[in-house]
Amino acid sequence: MADPQSFAEKGADLELVGIQKRYPGFTAVENLDLVIPAGSFFALLGPSGCGKTTTLRLVAGLEEPTQGRILIGGKDVSRLKPHKRPVNTVFQSYALFPHMTIQENVAFGLRRRKIGDPVGKAHEALRLVELDHVADRKPAQLSGGQQQRVALARAVVNRPALLLLDEPLGALDLKLRRQMQQELKQIQQEVGLTFLHVTHDQEEAMTMADTVAVMNKGRIEQMGAPEELYELPQTAFVANFLGQSNLFGVEVVGSTDQVLHTNLNGARISLPRSRSARESGTITIGVRPEKLSLSTHEPESELSLNVLGPGRVIDASFIGVSTQYTVDLPGSGPVEVFAQNMQAGPIAGAGDEVWLSWHVEHTFGLADDRVETGALTADLSTRAIATRASHAE
Amino acid sequence: MAFTAFSANTKVADQAPRKRGWIALLLLAPGIAYMLLFFVTPFIQLAITSLQAPAESGGIGQYVAAVQFSNYWVAIQEYWPQLLRSFVYAVIATVVGLILSYPLAYLLGVTLRNRAMLQGILLILVVAPFFISLLLRTLAWKSILPNEFIGTDGAVIFGLIYNFIPFMVLPMFASLQALDLRLVEAGSDLYASPVTVFRKVTLPLSLPGVVSGTLLSFIPMSGDYVVASRSFLGSTDTAMVGNVIESNFLQTQNYPMAAALSILLMVIILVIVATYVRKSGAEDLL
Amino acid sequence: MKRFTLGKAFVPVVSIITLIYLLLPIMYVIAFSFNEKRGRNNISWRGFSLENWQNPCGAPQVCEAFGNSILVGVVATIAATVLGTMIAIALVRYKFKGRSTVSLLLFTPMATPEVVLGAGLAAQFLLAGVEKGIGTIILAHTMFCISYVVVAVKARVASLNPAIEEAGRDLYASPAQVFWRITLPMLTPGIIGAALLSFALSFDDFIITNFNSGTATTFPKFIYISAMKGVPAQANVLASMVFIAALLMVIFFQIININRKKRLARV
Repeated sequence: MADPQSFAEKGADLELVGIQKRYPGFTAVENLDLVIPAGSFFALLGPSGCGKTTTLRLVAGLEEPTQGRILIGGKDVSRLKPHKRPVNTVFQSYALFPHMTIQENVAFGLRRRKIGDPVGKAHEALRLVELDHVADRKPAQLSGGQQQRVALARAVVNRPALLLLDEPLGALDLKLRRQMQQELKQIQQEVGLTFLHVTHDQEEAMTMADTVAVMNKGRIEQMGAPEELYELPQTAFVANFLGQSNLFGVEVVGSTDQVLHTNLNGARISLPRSRSARESGTITIGVRPEKLSLSTHEPESELSLNVLGPGRVIDASFIGVSTQYTVDLPGSGPVEVFAQNMQAGPIAGAGDEVWLSWHVEHTFGLADDRVETGALTADLSTRAIATRASHAE
Repeated sequence: MAFTAFSANTKVADQAPRKRGWIALLLLAPGIAYMLLFFVTPFIQLAITSLQAPAESGGIGQYVAAVQFSNYWVAIQEYWPQLLRSFVYAVIATVVGLILSYPLAYLLGVTLRNRAMLQGILLILVVAPFFISLLLRTLAWKSILPNEFIGTDGAVIFGLIYNFIPFMVLPMFASLQALDLRLVEAGSDLYASPVTVFRKVTLPLSLPGVVSGTLLSFIPMSGDYVVASRSFLGSTDTAMVGNVIESNFLQTQNYPMAAALSILLMVIILVIVATYVRKSGAEDLL
Repeated sequence: MKRFTLGKAFVPVVSIITLIYLLLPIMYVIAFSFNEKRGRNNISWRGFSLENWQNPCGAPQVCEAFGNSILVGVVATIAATVLGTMIAIALVRYKFKGRSTVSLLLFTPMATPEVVLGAGLAAQFLLAGVEKGIGTIILAHTMFCISYVVVAVKARVASLNPAIEEAGRDLYASPAQVFWRITLPMLTPGIIGAALLSFALSFDDFIITNFNSGTATTFPKFIYISAMKGVPAQANVLASMVFIAALLMVIFFQIININRKKRLARV
């Protein structure tokens, strides 16, 4: 892979070893160890300021790590300048050269590497993003969506071993964004490149990526396939960042070799040991709102079900596909329930007494210490709501 | 500073919908009338004077209206060395001045972009020469530079460059200040070495400032006569067309000759500037 | 980002050379204002003395010329600023036939060498039989300053946020009130900048003045004439005074600006 003068035959591995980036006053990236296998679509997900963009820039060579090494395809590129690395970036602001035509923009990297037939290859790349007909225009004459596609073509045409995408879909409207998400995934699989996609949009990350790493405050909190992260979060941050969670602080009171039993204000909550990071003492457990069943009478107790209640419905919002209930459980605070509208309309209204139940194997146990995170129940603080709202955008 | 307006990177954009109305005429009338009277008419006057012939009365400074185109021919024949010299000086001074000014503009607009304090101090230093008499500063060079150097072509060019460095730095600074550094990053990301990035990204995008700066310098330089005068850095061998116009007008009172030379100067400048602007593709600046 | 500047040493080194080139004569001029007075010229250093500063008008004609320059500067600036601002507003805000011609008309003086402007005006005055003096100097200066004022103010007018004036109209202000109470105050910094520019250009102008002044002297003309026999140190003193005053003013405004930005950033 070493030679940047030729096209990489396929994507290459990316390895980050002990990467640290410190600025005077704060640390952007803590000890980061990461391996991204060749040919995969990898998403780095996190809120603004978590260090994901810094990590991307370190890989691109636009910043130098304070400590640590970066290896691409086994070769240490940590000291190499950007124009010597087999990496290309799709910038958030597109960064198309305003004084060059679209064709010249896309051909730029090819010409620098003296690759044959730059014009032909540029047109090929433009055809891939369906913009061959604007090849002679200047960037200012294109719409945001078109510019974004040109930026993608400009990077992809170089067949880099590793393609970096820095929140490239941020400025697009919803419909265009969905379309581009599909196209990006398609191109990645067609061409076989390794993609590293940085975003704060959890839906985007989960739709496109093979592997997602959630970053917070300069560290990766959890990494894995999207379903794994979603169904089995290991920290309160991940549980709340990907979708919503109801979290409870509980005391472990007993166990069998398969199951842990815990006590929540007198109610018995069980979860499989394989789904709990911790096994004794005070732990935080959680369940996703869509896994909860709401009923207006107390359900029969079963070994496979966890039951909480009675509680009172504080709010019931009809969203069309589902109804979102907020239920107040004495001793535990508000709990969110997403109920699919199997029949027309909500089954309970504000003030009604209801019981919540869910399958034991849908519970997850966090690795967090209860005191550290402080967020035990579904976080209804204004800030959390705002954060969730911005993710849903 | 107001001079940064000359970089004209942004054309005056179409902002609020343009209103029609007589108010526009009211606003324009006094200023335009003034300019017509004191700029346009003198030009016409100059053209007319350049065609005049000596009066029969024969007194110094007496001329009558005539259509004597031969004045131009005489002017060229007698003064072509000074004309040529003026433009040679101006071109050399502009080019060298550009080489000296661009790095300073780059330092201010790119390197120091995020260090407001340092940038501010250096900008003040660049603008400071405007606050103290140009003639005194040029005379200072006469004392500072070795005597053997004074009066040579080199000394005059040295003086010309000196006068106009701020005029070149400021527009280029404005252009470079507006440069989107992410484009530089993109260039590097796309395998261009730092030198190539400069050549293909930075330089083309700072071209409006370069064109502004060089024009703002070249034009006054070609008509200058202070630097080249004998009291300053010049000698009889370095006379520029400006010196000749001055002596013809104020001393020998040969108005037709002075006028003809002025018109010649204007025309040559127009030709050079038009070619330059078209070649550098910056027509929309004007 | 540091990797991408032009070869690490080249830019700073050439920049410093250029700055020294620029500033050396200034220091020389100021230094020689402190030169001991002996004989006519101020070329060789004789010793440090404050007597020139204590007696800035000691040399004949120096203060008269200086005073003339100030007078001409002030009058020409006022005239040029008023006329130029009006033109700038009209050019940016209003649509009328011949806009590009007017633009060209205003741009051309800046593209014309001063000899041509000066000679042309002088020829005109000659023919009109107008006697050359302070009046003609003022007329000449106003003429070339208008162009610069228009360019400076035009940029400022174009950068105004139209929403602010629309808000004024929404709040019951008549067009005239909007202009006087909203537009003009917002333009004031730009107008002041243009006025300062105009004054600086007028004060230091020599070539056009030389052609159109007759027997009257301005400060630059005085220096030119004395250059042959020797410029008195008093000229250095006066020039240094102007320099220091201007420098202090600029530094003052910069500090105010930085403090304002700091205050706004803190909020």
